[in-house]
Amino acid sequence: MKRKLVALLLLLGLLSAVLCGCKDGSADKTPEDGQTSGSNEAAQPPAAHPNEITVGIAQDLDESLDPHKVVAAGTKEVMFNVFEGLMKPTPEGDLIPAVAESFEISEDQLVYTFTIREGITFHNGAPVTAGDVVYSITRCIDPADAGVFRIDALEMVERVTNVDERTVSIRLKEPSTELLSYLTLAILPADYDGQDTAPVGTGPFRYVSRAAQDNIVLERFEEYWGEPAYLDKVTFKIIENADSILVSLQSGAVDLFAHLTSTQTAQLSGDFNIEEGTMNLVQAMYLNHAEKPFDDVRVRQALCYAVDRQQILDLAFDGYGSLIGSSMYPAFGKYFDGSLTNYYPHDVEKAKALLADAGYPDGFSMTITVPSNYQPHIDTAQVIVEQLKEVGVNAEIQLVEWGTWLSDVYTGRQYQATVVGVDASTMTARALLERFNSTAGNNFINYNNAEYDAFFQQAVTAADDAAQTAAYKQAEANLTENAANVYIQDLADLVAVRKGLTGVRFYPIYVLDLAGIHYEES
Amino acid sequence: MKYALKRVAAGLATMLAVSFLTFAAFDLISGDAATTMLGTSATPERLEALRAELGLDRPLPVRYGEWLGEFFIGDLGISTSYKQPVREILAPKIGLTLCLSLVSFLMITLVSIPLGVFSAGRQRFEGARTALNQLGMAVPSFFTGILLSWVFGVGLKWFTPGQFPDAKKDFAGAAVYLLFAAVALSIPRIAMTVRMLRSTVQEELGKDYVRTAIARGNDRSQVLRRHVVKNALPPVVTFLAQTMAEIVAGSIVVEQVFVIPGLGQMLVTSISNRDYPVVQAIVVMLAFWVVLAGAAADLMNQRIDPRLRLGGAA
Amino acid sequence: MKNRNGFLTAGLALTCALGALILLGFFWTPYDPNAMAAGGKFDGPSLAHWMGTDNFGRDIFSRVLKGAGATTSIALATLAIGAVCGSLAGALTGYFGGPVDELLMRVNDTLTAFPNILLALVVISILEPGKKINVIIALGLVFVPSFARVTRTAFASLRDVNYIQSARLMGAGNGRILAVHMLPNTLPVLLPALTIGFNNAVLAEASMSFLGIGVTPPDASLGYMLSEAQGMLFSAPWYAAGTGLVIVLLVFSVGLLGEGLRRRERGVL
Repeated sequence: MKRKLVALLLLLGLLSAVLCGCKDGSADKTPEDGQTSGSNEAAQPPAAHPNEITVGIAQDLDESLDPHKVVAAGTKEVMFNVFEGLMKPTPEGDLIPAVAESFEISEDQLVYTFTIREGITFHNGAPVTAGDVVYSITRCIDPADAGVFRIDALEMVERVTNVDERTVSIRLKEPSTELLSYLTLAILPADYDGQDTAPVGTGPFRYVSRAAQDNIVLERFEEYWGEPAYLDKVTFKIIENADSILVSLQSGAVDLFAHLTSTQTAQLSGDFNIEEGTMNLVQAMYLNHAEKPFDDVRVRQALCYAVDRQQILDLAFDGYGSLIGSSMYPAFGKYFDGSLTNYYPHDVEKAKALLADAGYPDGFSMTITVPSNYQPHIDTAQVIVEQLKEVGVNAEIQLVEWGTWLSDVYTGRQYQATVVGVDASTMTARALLERFNSTAGNNFINYNNAEYDAFFQQAVTAADDAAQTAAYKQAEANLTENAANVYIQDLADLVAVRKGLTGVRFYPIYVLDLAGIHYEES
Repeated sequence: MKYALKRVAAGLATMLAVSFLTFAAFDLISGDAATTMLGTSATPERLEALRAELGLDRPLPVRYGEWLGEFFIGDLGISTSYKQPVREILAPKIGLTLCLSLVSFLMITLVSIPLGVFSAGRQRFEGARTALNQLGMAVPSFFTGILLSWVFGVGLKWFTPGQFPDAKKDFAGAAVYLLFAAVALSIPRIAMTVRMLRSTVQEELGKDYVRTAIARGNDRSQVLRRHVVKNALPPVVTFLAQTMAEIVAGSIVVEQVFVIPGLGQMLVTSISNRDYPVVQAIVVMLAFWVVLAGAAADLMNQRIDPRLRLGGAA
Repeated sequence: MKNRNGFLTAGLALTCALGALILLGFFWTPYDPNAMAAGGKFDGPSLAHWMGTDNFGRDIFSRVLKGAGATTSIALATLAIGAVCGSLAGALTGYFGGPVDELLMRVNDTLTAFPNILLALVVISILEPGKKINVIIALGLVFVPSFARVTRTAFASLRDVNYIQSARLMGAGNGRILAVHMLPNTLPVLLPALTIGFNNAVLAEASMSFLGIGVTPPDASLGYMLSEAQGMLFSAPWYAAGTGLVIVLLVFSVGLLGEGLRRRERGVL
């Protein structure tokens, strides 16, 4: 008996020791909790709630936080609040000077001269110098580090030089209308090597901490050059599970959650306002042109006619979303050609005729590979499978895990069809259209069309904006006419915001701007 | 002493085997750290460059040897996805998962042993009790998890599902949260242990020596306590040790349902990120756990019944 | 004692009823399980849709019928692999003992510590991806250790029993002893292990699907449906409740059957 008691006590002791371990271990975050909030609390009326919010995000920031290395859209959207380039995008799709105060373009359009904003500093207190700007831009043109992405479009730059402490000049090989869009690349301090895990930028929020799979904390940057953020602190809480997302919103654990589905928002109570924007993705059933029968334009066109896109929106998205007809979404304004949207109206008979013409009067069987981590694409694929049955095409869905999708489908190009959304990394048409060049390294659909290559080349080398826009539109039309993919929609971006909070801004690229979010005066 | 040495050697061999198999598995599955790091920005040239930088282009034995060497000097490497030292990433998670597992284990032991022994000796409502026991085994822990967060989280607001409290600031809250997850994890296993214990005790009760003891006029409950439980214990201890080993694996799903940032979730994500340094570290820890549980069971059984020699236990 | 056959009867009745429903599901369901807009979106349970409809307006009852079939067949196939390989390994090592036995136990430990998901991914990568058979093989492998352990114990305990030794003295070969003399006597232990194994296989398939590796939509297994239902708890609680209850019922009835069998065996022995 006595021995048992001792054993029990030992066990209890061990447990409490472990519990204490949890206590110590789980929270090496927010070391400077009270440090920055002092000056601001005085300025604002005393509120019942602390001036901070928790934002739910569905995917972890599980990669390097160095903005020149970041891959995932989910990481970029959060880090948008921490970093800025010489220029930055506005919700309207324009570019305004950020780290730069102003810029001048020479007569021959070959030299851009940027003046750096007076007094602007990095989050670590160091002033932004011309040297930092030159370092940041050259790092993206000619990366020394394998993790840093080379921005191929910056090949047009001949030389970047610092004229003086506050002036940088960029000389181009030939005139380009796209340079400014690429100068949204983040400006980083030249003599700092901790960007991977402790990023330092110039944005309205500064990075505080990250706990893997748990949270990311940002705090307002008090020395921000522009209009400061309203909130003192933002905690991003990672919640990957669909049900937990809803529960966490309902229970008050999370104040704001972006990229919800209509099914999710429909379940939220009256405590939330739902704001609607667009995801800025080209969602399509991408077809592998190197695989039979998708090498035949008639088959691809038949699939386009067979798929009823409006029904997809109605069945899977409660009618939300905007239909598209090419690799361009409406938020891109001038590059978007609305006339392509209904190029292939739903027409079962026409689809059957085209299939018969192509030698498949009885249809065929195909596999649609879908990454398993994103429910909207799975839902879309399920509706497509049902619709294709009507024209005799027997499609089967194959769910694969994201890592497998990347290696087998995206890089390996071993697939027949896949439903995913492709996004734009910068606010240029090029970001969406470059991949369909026959020689592009990321041309995962194996699109091979000489005419397209020509249009694209024309657009890239165009001397003025109007000619360039026209050429891009021709390239888009080429994709539509050749039924490169079964284009579906740009998904609606539904953001749930707790009542009392306001200031959500939508952009034509995939970002989550928190600087404008604030509590309403009651 | 010789036995202890043998035990340790076997344990080490197991851990070594597991770590190597995991390493080899990463060579077999499609996609590697480079493809997931580059994501949709991948081009063949970039992939090649990154693989060279990460050292993934070298043959498997070389990479494994390197990993092993570093592991032995206590260096778990750097996560390919987070770029942080693996040790730093896992430190807070080990505690959480260990808490969850130990609380569940305590719950299982403290509830099922008395319940099993108690129910073995009684005949009343035996059928209903067995049926209930079967029901307990039939409910998957993620279903229980959903029900619990629904009723106690959303309904009664005893805890906030989806937000695991910071244990530093709200210790009680974190404990309550873990307790619910532990309940979901424990219920089927409690049912299994009770069933197992009951049938062993009943079998023991049917044996001659018990009948003789009772026939001689010994108090029935005393016989049960003194002899029966003691003799029925070894297989139960082995079973519990196995449970102990399995709980950690079972916690993956429960952590997912309750959104607990523990090792289980980390393992799942790291596998899909092909973040092999993190996976290696977690797998070796799991193996250590399994080996430890087995050793603990043997040790306890020998204490209870010195006749039991190595390998003899069920 | 009077309850002895109660479990067997109840278990048989429930299992047969469910089995009949599942069989029916292979040939006929009230609605096409994949037909969208068979009813409205998220209709509650009604006479037309016994378990309501899901986010696509598909009839949940029809899907559950089909899904239960998928789940059961996966579980049975998994069980077959796990039980055959596991029992064989367990029987041999339990009987012969020695270094082989020691080795098997180490392999067992190794497999227990090896993450199931990783194992599943490896199997899926080696074999042709996207086929149901992968899940079955992966899950089957997962179950080998537990069966091996149970069988090993049973056979090891019989090894030195008198009648086995006399059989050996009378010149019976090892194969004959294993198959004729030992196997029948280990059945009382193995049968319940089979039913428990079935339960675990159903639950494991569900857990796997829950993590995104398993049967692929629109064909659903109960596990996949439950994980889908989890995201719709607030607007369609009946979805999760319906699928969850069917899983519980399925496992419960087989559990009762196993208990009944166990009791009968014990009564006979």
